[in-house]
Amino acid sequence: MPVSGTTVFRNDAVSKVTGRAKYTDDLKFYGMAHAVVVYTGYVRAEHLRVDVDAASASPGVLGVFTAADIPGQICFGQINRDYAMLAQERILCEGDVIALVVAETRAAALAAAPLVKEQADELPPVTDPFEALKPDAPILRPGSAGNTNRINHGRVRKGDAEAVLQGCDLVLDEEFSTQFIEHAYMEPEAGIAVPRPDGVIEIYGSMQHPYSTRRFVSAMLGEPLANVEVYMTPMGGGFGGKDDTAAIVCARAALAARKLNRPVKLTYDRSWSMKESYKRHPYHLHYRVGFDKRGKLRGADIDMVSDSGAYTSVTPWVNWRSTAQCCGPYTADAVRMDIVAATTNNVFTGAMRGFGAPQVNFAVEQLMDMAAEKLGLSPVEIRRINMVKQGDATITGQVLDNHTVSLEAVMDRLLAESSYREKYPSCSRGKGEGDELYGIGFSISYRGASLGAEGMDYCSSIINCQMDGSILLEAAIHENGQGAESVQMMILSEELGVPLSRIRYKRPSTSNIPDGGTTVATRGTIMGGGAVAIAARNLKKLIAETLAEELGGDPSEVVFENDTVSVPLGKSFSWEEAMKAMHLHRVYPYAFGTFQAPHVSWDEELGQGDAYFTFVYSAQAAELTVSRKTGKIKLLSLTAVHDIGRAINRAMVLGQMYGGIAQAVGQALSEDLAVREGRIGNLNLDKYKIPRAKDLPEIKGIIVENPDPTSPTGAKGIGEPALELMAPAIANAVYNATGLRFHNLPITITPEDLK
Amino acid sequence: MSSSDERVITVNGVVRSVAREDLDLSLLEYLRERLDLTGVKNGCGVGACGACTVVIDGQGKRSCRTKLSSVLGKNVITVEGLEGPDGSLHPIQQSFIDCGAIQCGFCTPGMVMSAYALLLREKRPSRDRIRKAMSGNLCRCTGYQQIIDAVEMAAKRMYPGGL
Repeated sequence: MPVSGTTVFRNDAVSKVTGRAKYTDDLKFYGMAHAVVVYTGYVRAEHLRVDVDAASASPGVLGVFTAADIPGQICFGQINRDYAMLAQERILCEGDVIALVVAETRAAALAAAPLVKEQADELPPVTDPFEALKPDAPILRPGSAGNTNRINHGRVRKGDAEAVLQGCDLVLDEEFSTQFIEHAYMEPEAGIAVPRPDGVIEIYGSMQHPYSTRRFVSAMLGEPLANVEVYMTPMGGGFGGKDDTAAIVCARAALAARKLNRPVKLTYDRSWSMKESYKRHPYHLHYRVGFDKRGKLRGADIDMVSDSGAYTSVTPWVNWRSTAQCCGPYTADAVRMDIVAATTNNVFTGAMRGFGAPQVNFAVEQLMDMAAEKLGLSPVEIRRINMVKQGDATITGQVLDNHTVSLEAVMDRLLAESSYREKYPSCSRGKGEGDELYGIGFSISYRGASLGAEGMDYCSSIINCQMDGSILLEAAIHENGQGAESVQMMILSEELGVPLSRIRYKRPSTSNIPDGGTTVATRGTIMGGGAVAIAARNLKKLIAETLAEELGGDPSEVVFENDTVSVPLGKSFSWEEAMKAMHLHRVYPYAFGTFQAPHVSWDEELGQGDAYFTFVYSAQAAELTVSRKTGKIKLLSLTAVHDIGRAINRAMVLGQMYGGIAQAVGQALSEDLAVREGRIGNLNLDKYKIPRAKDLPEIKGIIVENPDPTSPTGAKGIGEPALELMAPAIANAVYNATGLRFHNLPITITPEDLK
Repeated sequence: MSSSDERVITVNGVVRSVAREDLDLSLLEYLRERLDLTGVKNGCGVGACGACTVVIDGQGKRSCRTKLSSVLGKNVITVEGLEGPDGSLHPIQQSFIDCGAIQCGFCTPGMVMSAYALLLREKRPSRDRIRKAMSGNLCRCTGYQQIIDAVEMAAKRMYPGGL
């Protein structure tokens, strides 16, 4: 019963389209109090003292809490514990929270918040990562590892890059920079903590990793993990942004709930969300790349500096992806690459969809076009010469032989679908009559699937079949809004040969299924879906062993299809009959399945190894005009082709493509968090400009399917590949329209540029 | 006595009398906090995102920037008011589902209400027209493509005879 590939299916569609879906702020609990946060007025300061007396006396206030009230761990972080849930002693950025005010109503809490007073010794902020990395720079977090502002140092060492560059026919030496980007999930952070009579504290919140929330809450309270039960709750978007901050929001609600022994809700307004939550890392990239005269990339010598802001978050992991993918999907004889991240007093940076790849691709995919022009090659030819092909070794020494390396086919499909060859000769290159300059450009990428050598990669699923034939399914992947639950239901339906109508997704809590890792890294379908497929196979084995004799055959002969369990030439049970028979045999039709990602490896010193167990191959094109009079860029069409292994839920795959591309358009053209001296100038969506419907043209999405042997379902993923390469495609199209190269994001063109 | 003196407001067909102390609330706060109509979402609070869109006397409005006191005597429809009496989905709602226009769903109620306001006035808006009309509503998930598809499909379903 193949349901995948054809159906538009979402188990939560009716609830969302009717407004019945309950997001965290939509929930109410009996006796619930309301918390608000109080931000520091400083950017960098020490010897912080907080006076809560006046706020505590304000009408309706139930409690005002500071770091001194935290019973357990105060500082958090997935890698370094440096992010204080409530500031103690030191202020490191303008998003630091000095107190939590809790009152009977949100209005009362908001009224009391300005009465919290702070005093501290102000220090000059360090907001330029290059300044922060200088030997004489003040150490912003004294006591941090190595007592330095340098958070990490990633590298790639392959051959002697300098010697190879010396022998090249063409060497390009170019610098690029990228900006802070806000996730701009439509739902701001929210968390509710509910003390339960049995001593457990329940958490409902907008988060993409309930298990990190549980860890934070448990450590903050100084209570065992089993005392904290986090419920997966419908979430209004995440894009990587609802991990650390989201967990801290829930932990603050939990602190107040424990202190007051009442349910407490903490809902963020947009400006708090934008002030405090982490962003995409700004990168500074310096590339020296050398080619021979035939156009082969021979050597690359690369330095990158990223701004981690005030806290570490997952900066080393983000930067690590930039090492493994520093040369895009191209092979080279020799590579020397170093990336360091600096602590500064800016808003901190962390995981965001794309995770260290969009910045790198912005540089690499423009460099390829620049080199092609100098060498008299077309952008297509230079990519064809250099791209990874079946059996090639990547720059980290990984031989791509365990899956179909389809990049060339993906690129050719893009060229056909976007009519690139027909349109390319029409590019204006800054010349021609009339106001409108025309350009088309494209880019290609490969992206390592899932976490790779970043960390443990594991997920699990539970299938619980009921006596009446209905089925409960759960998996440890979080529904971020991308349709994870629906995909898992579709995979189960296909594996068991039963209709979707039999299956109900049971949203799990952290107390009833093992930690499946955070729902990031394009790992939802490959890892969660993989766990579901394996659980289903375990279940089928159990059913086959139990019922084979009755069906008149061997367990290996039992077939699951068309809502029946049968043995060819033997008997056939309807699914209901089969489930009844299982119960009569006293064998409960229940299965647990786990999927552990295949082996990966990494040598930190050399930056060599099998970085990822498989890759997604992608190509995207942009067609646009630039007005000479105004400099305004008008997108005409956007085209995307991705080999994602196998499409489970086709409409949702396309939705991921369209949405990822829209975010990349924002990155390319309009989004720029205005951080000046550590203070963000555009703290709401009226000033921070994410694309609107009218800013986007029609988008064409093409799915290429080469089922991946490393994935139990054959599917890989699409979330991040969709976002990571449209910005350079647009930059290349802008060049082809205007003859101007833009090295910094976002791209802004003035009429003077075009004179 | 005018209707505003009576302090009543019609929400999804039900006439509500408004308490005097609620008059300072925004319409968004009133709908969410007093009537539990939580389909109306608060995404920005400054009228930039459209997640709080409701239809007031046939016009799409941002409830976060609308004072409750300014809508006394008026007729407000929220996403909860679109379903038929038998619980059947409105063609706009069904089209959003059929086109795969829903992801995280936080913008969806506002999108549906903006589409409703548009299709009250226009029976066959072009895709370009739909794009412009829906541009008061932000979505970070979908790139709008399937939302435009959905509004186009809904127009055909609501007005099968065409223009």
